[in-house]
Amino acid sequence: MTAKPVSYTPSQQLQTQSWFGRKSVQQTIKKAFLYIVLSVAAALLAIPLFWMLSTSLKSLQQQAAWPPVWIPHPLAWRNYPDAYNFLPLGRYTANTLLIVAVTMVGTFFSCPIVAYAFARIRFPGREALFVVLIATIMLPQAVRLIPTYLMFDWLGWLNTYLPLTVPAFFGSPFYIFLLRQYFRTFPEDLADAARVDGANELGILLRIFLPMTGPALAVVAIFSFQSHWNDFFGPLIYLNREEMRTLALGLYYFKAYQDTTNWGQLMAAASTMTVPVLILFALFQRHFIQGVALTGIKG
Amino acid sequence: MTPLAGWWQAQSQGRRRAITGYAFISPWLIGLLAFTLFPILMVFFLGFTRYGVFDSPQWVGLANYGRIFTDDRLFRISLLNTLYYVGISVPLHITVGFLLALGLNAKIKGVTLFRTLFYVPSIVPQVAGVLLFVWLFQPQIGLVNWMLDLLGLRGPNWLGRPEWAKPAIIIMSLWGVGGGMIIYLAGLQSIPQHLYEAAQIDGANEWSQFWAVTVPMMTPTIFFNLVMGMINSFQVFTTAYIATGGGPMNATLFYMLYLYNSGFQDFKMGYASALAWILFALVLLLTLLIFRSSASWVYYESGGER
Repeated sequence: MTAKPVSYTPSQQLQTQSWFGRKSVQQTIKKAFLYIVLSVAAALLAIPLFWMLSTSLKSLQQQAAWPPVWIPHPLAWRNYPDAYNFLPLGRYTANTLLIVAVTMVGTFFSCPIVAYAFARIRFPGREALFVVLIATIMLPQAVRLIPTYLMFDWLGWLNTYLPLTVPAFFGSPFYIFLLRQYFRTFPEDLADAARVDGANELGILLRIFLPMTGPALAVVAIFSFQSHWNDFFGPLIYLNREEMRTLALGLYYFKAYQDTTNWGQLMAAASTMTVPVLILFALFQRHFIQGVALTGIKG
Repeated sequence: MTPLAGWWQAQSQGRRRAITGYAFISPWLIGLLAFTLFPILMVFFLGFTRYGVFDSPQWVGLANYGRIFTDDRLFRISLLNTLYYVGISVPLHITVGFLLALGLNAKIKGVTLFRTLFYVPSIVPQVAGVLLFVWLFQPQIGLVNWMLDLLGLRGPNWLGRPEWAKPAIIIMSLWGVGGGMIIYLAGLQSIPQHLYEAAQIDGANEWSQFWAVTVPMMTPTIFFNLVMGMINSFQVFTTAYIATGGGPMNATLFYMLYLYNSGFQDFKMGYASALAWILFALVLLLTLLIFRSSASWVYYESGGER
């Protein structure tokens, strides 16, 4: 790897030049290699998504073409209305949005206030409870699945949206953790000064902390949207009535119900669920990436 | 209101802080009791019962566990399937995610474009992604087998063959590698430049800089992804449930699918609870082992403010 050019070049000056020359050649080769690897990876990762959108605009005939058609011609837009006629995807989208909106309200009601207490109020037992909070982030959801289901059954909540929305009002450990880390970056005197002026803790949270928390709140909003928009398992076990289905559940039944598979319609249904997320990403790219990066911060 | 205000005034500052603190965290605390602690105790208790939802739970002692460990073929199959999945997909995710992040951390043009292309698949809703891959893996007209055809290879019936179904599910999951990549990239970018400069002064070439600076500084991030990846992979469900339903020949019957079938198809809530408890114990044990081992390979900067 690291050949020593000394032996080839007698003069000091030549030696540096030749070494420099070799290094730049090496760098160029390295860079070209890097570009090739990155491009192959990018193609492998990007083609499936392109294929989803492309297939959603293909007629039955074009779907089965061999070799495959990359850009459908003519564009078979009718796959979309046909898919919405096969199953009421519009209705499912509205159901999903309702759940997303209510859980969002619940998340913003509960998480900042809990996070503020963990970040800025010194109360006995705080550190121990924070360890519990972290532990629950790592708790496998499988362990509480059956009892939680039975509990909601006893409450008579099956086939309602309550099991999917009510827990959000009790805070989500991961979002609490994210907000707590963010609050901790604010200077300590900030709250103290306001306390001296007679402000109470709720006032400090609402009037001083929250207005500065925009980026972190955006991250929480995005994560919360994603997790409920995508959630499959919750709706699967709690919702049995057809008209209550969410988009994720509807997509599953879309595949299950089709006898002869029309991939164009299926991909139209999949795109219906995917495109809103892509639009959201295009609008809030920075927050998406910041948010995921925050996830990895050690606590 | 006045008596309350008077009582409040009478409290010491410490008491007031404590009361405020607990009041503020009370939503989470109530949720913790109702949705986490109570269920964990409950699932432990239910594991010792026969419970068919429609009747009341009957105490059967260790019968569920006895059957699971001695006389349950599907338990063994699902556990082995899951260990296969965890054992391959977790290291693969870490390696690929880390390598992609390293590539993006080099000073080249077009990083933003690459980063976007790598990351976007990871935000595609899982159900939509699974349907897409069922289509891509279609044996006759699917895109994957067409590409293999171009390379002169005959692609298998991915989701229809027991020996290919698990790899297919792992490939599906690998499509979302961009999420982990972003975490590694953030980690790489937070490595202080002066460490590399110091290594250069010591005469380290790029290769030894990588092993002496980059890898040690990244071990906390790798550790985090290892733990979370392990915990999540043990609970793999949606991909297999939608793509194969656990088939063919139980090749993708992962632990959570078996647990789900026991509880929600066969309505054996007691038996499913015992299964859940075993999964919990296993994941907890592995998590503790990883944490234990971390002392010898995870590098934490001393005195760092967390």
